Amino acid sequence: MTAQPHLDTHLKASELARCAELCRLALPRAEVVITPQREVQVTVAVADLYAALAWLRTADGLKFSQCMDVCGVDYLGFQPTQPARFAVVYHLLSPTQNLRIRVKTLVAEGQAIPSVVALWAAANWYEREAYDMYGLIFSGHPDLRRILTDYDFIGHPLRKDFPLNGFTEVYYDATQQRVAYKPVDLPQDFRHFDRVSEWRGMTGNAHLAETDHAFKREEFE
Amino acid sequence: MTLTTDPQALIAQGMDGVNTQLKENGFLLTTVEDVVNWARAGSLWPMTFGLACCAVEMMHSAAARYDLDRFGTMFRPSPRQSDLMIIAGTLTNKMAPALRRLYEQMPEPRYVLSMGSCANGGGYYHHSYAVVRGADRIVPVDIYVPGCPPTAEALVYGILQLQRKIKRLPVFGEAGRRTEQPQYAYAPGEARPYSALEMHID
Repeated sequence: MTAQPHLDTHLKASELARCAELCRLALPRAEVVITPQREVQVTVAVADLYAALAWLRTADGLKFSQCMDVCGVDYLGFQPTQPARFAVVYHLLSPTQNLRIRVKTLVAEGQAIPSVVALWAAANWYEREAYDMYGLIFSGHPDLRRILTDYDFIGHPLRKDFPLNGFTEVYYDATQQRVAYKPVDLPQDFRHFDRVSEWRGMTGNAHLAETDHAFKREEFE
Repeated sequence: MTLTTDPQALIAQGMDGVNTQLKENGFLLTTVEDVVNWARAGSLWPMTFGLACCAVEMMHSAAARYDLDRFGTMFRPSPRQSDLMIIAGTLTNKMAPALRRLYEQMPEPRYVLSMGSCANGGGYYHHSYAVVRGADRIVPVDIYVPGCPPTAEALVYGILQLQRKIKRLPVFGEAGRRTEQPQYAYAPGEARPYSALEMHID
């Protein structure tokens, strides 16, 4: 029995090429690639981002009417290869064309990103999460508050320079009769296990495309 | 058959002894404290309150296979009707004030059962910026059930242990009042459990 790819990746190469070609024609300043995992990826500058996403949402033959995900990436420590500190990644779905697309934009620290809540209402909480976790500012967002972390939380926990333990911890203060905060006080040192990460292979696995049966081309074409 | 209020003697006589007492006298002798504790232990009503995956095991323990109803343990939808709080899952910093408020809304006598590694001591998330390192930092805990998550059997066993504990607790007078112990404050330089010296691995 051969492994069947997931329905969404079960796309004809011609469809992906058509999608990429439409993007190249309409977005001349964007970098459009088809990754070895058979995903169309568009990298645009922040200045072109809103126009590009608005076009993708309504473009004939694409119609990416659903925003599946908006997330941030912190590239701190990757600076020789990654020019910007942050990236914002949008994953869009076109139910009518059975297509997915990824739109990436590189963002410097403190640089505002245009909010796409006007295009996809679903982006509202995604952008709040990206703001909460990375401190990314989405200009034009109707309600850019924290969404996951504690009330009055300080810092943005998914930034690479955020300490894992955070800064405060909670306890019940019997004298004040309430749950109070105090600086983190851990009696045990954090232990670093020097071993291969389980997540190795999740990124930079382009070389797997030729060996991994999940990415075999002849099964699709 | 001698009349006795000594529980150990009653147990030694077994059900035969109880039956004989009932047959001969029409009554049993015991203490009010034992009766009150028997009633309390036999009708532990936990609050329906799940924080994470442990809550699924908690549901299993209440469902047909393990059936906590057999022990008089029925989940109640309100803290005001509950006398047991099962902290089933990861207690986050954001949830901690709400958990404390729910605990305070429960009428006394109230008991707390900490279920699973996360509630016992932070568990997998012990080093996280967002998780309370043990629910006993927020509410006083009577019973800790280990596991990640504990099986439904383990939770049932924990509840039976809590029943045993309740049956030994004093009911009346100053001794019957359950006061909350304040957090233990370590003095500067005082040895702590799992000190950096003991546990550090290079």
